[in-house]
Amino acid sequence: MNDGPPTIWEWVARNWDTGRVGSIKDLLGDHLVMSLVPIVAGLVLALPLGLASVRWRWLYQPTAGLFNVIYALPSLPVFMLLISVTGLSKTTVIIPLTFYAMAVLIPAVVDGLGSVPDHVRQSAVAMGFTPLRRLVRVELPIATPVVLAGLRVVAVSSISLVSVGALIGQGGLGMLFTRAYQNPFMPPVVVGIVLIVALALVADGLLVLAQRLLTPWVRARRAS
Amino acid sequence: MTWLGDFFGDPANWSGPGGIPMRLLEHLEFSVLALLLAALVAIPLGLLIGHTGRGGLVVVVSANLSRALPTLGLLVMFVLLLGTASIWPVIIPLVLLSVPPILVNTFEGIRGVDPELRDAAYGMGLRGGQVLGRVLVPVALPLILLGLRLSAIQVVATTTVAAYTGLGGLGRFVIDGFATKDYASVVGGSVLIVLFALVVQLGFTLAQRVTVSPGVSRRLKTR
Repeated sequence: MNDGPPTIWEWVARNWDTGRVGSIKDLLGDHLVMSLVPIVAGLVLALPLGLASVRWRWLYQPTAGLFNVIYALPSLPVFMLLISVTGLSKTTVIIPLTFYAMAVLIPAVVDGLGSVPDHVRQSAVAMGFTPLRRLVRVELPIATPVVLAGLRVVAVSSISLVSVGALIGQGGLGMLFTRAYQNPFMPPVVVGIVLIVALALVADGLLVLAQRLLTPWVRARRAS
Repeated sequence: MTWLGDFFGDPANWSGPGGIPMRLLEHLEFSVLALLLAALVAIPLGLLIGHTGRGGLVVVVSANLSRALPTLGLLVMFVLLLGTASIWPVIIPLVLLSVPPILVNTFEGIRGVDPELRDAAYGMGLRGGQVLGRVLVPVALPLILLGLRLSAIQVVATTTVAAYTGLGGLGRFVIDGFATKDYASVVGGSVLIVLFALVVQLGFTLAQRVTVSPGVSRRLKTR
């Protein structure tokens, strides 16, 4: 009774863990690495740049302008131009995605710190907080919701953008799309799209959860 | 750098259906077509939903969901479903992906207009349509243009990727060059696409300067 083309479930079962390179499990792992590294690296790099832009206002315009331009560059040609530097490796995909992430996160950090009410900042000073302690204990927590909103955008778009890397052979689950195109066959395309969207939704959900845990006062205030 | 010389110096790259001018025109054609169709759907819909306030949640959710959709997967899916007899199997996903940014920003732009401003317009005797056209749209214009710009960025990038599924345009130099290990073509094509994207970005920045009312953009000091 197994004469027709395999159903999606049969195809998934057969290709989930073949033990060879390119099984779905393998691609999923690659995909996670290639999307998580830019998200984390983007945040780690955007924080100091955002802080510097708040401390020295003149820095913000040129930084934001530069990253606005970078954000407008299509990913595929950027991957291609990077190949001569970093080769056909995951790094070639990770570097541009990190820059796209910074383009979203730097303004988020600046806006987040800008959302700290002046009287709160002054109270902290009056209570004897040193500038560093004020930043860590007062300003950054208040900025968290805005930064996390940016991080949600970054997480979802990084996860879907990784698949373009398939065109240089480094696309995580995106490899399912190129494989399905070369050897016309629908199940891999559907599985790829579903898994990528599911990953994005999970990442988004985790960040919403993180926001609830990190900023309990937001909900408390709404409830009262 | 010799790759760039090889690519741009080769007279064969400057003529015929596979030449730079033709590919550039194709890229422009597909991008403009997709953006125009998307704007025709998204702007009226965004204005309507923003003005009436109904269906806002659907707009926001669809915008978030569309960001998660992998462009390459969507392109391959449509081509496998509809074949490659015409350009439409590729244009449809291009349009689908560029609707949400315009829609959500138009909606947010109209929603975000100060209610006092809206009430003042009604108080002056303007009707619903007039309030929308003379007050809400001009005030929301920066966000509407932002939506168009984000969409244009997306369309230029996706048109490049769409060369993989057989669409013409500048992406051909990159995709074909990569497949045949012709790196002069890959690098030359990539540089062309980057320049194209920068010109589009610049165009939208200028359009914003020209069309947004000085009172709205605060270039005019009122206080």
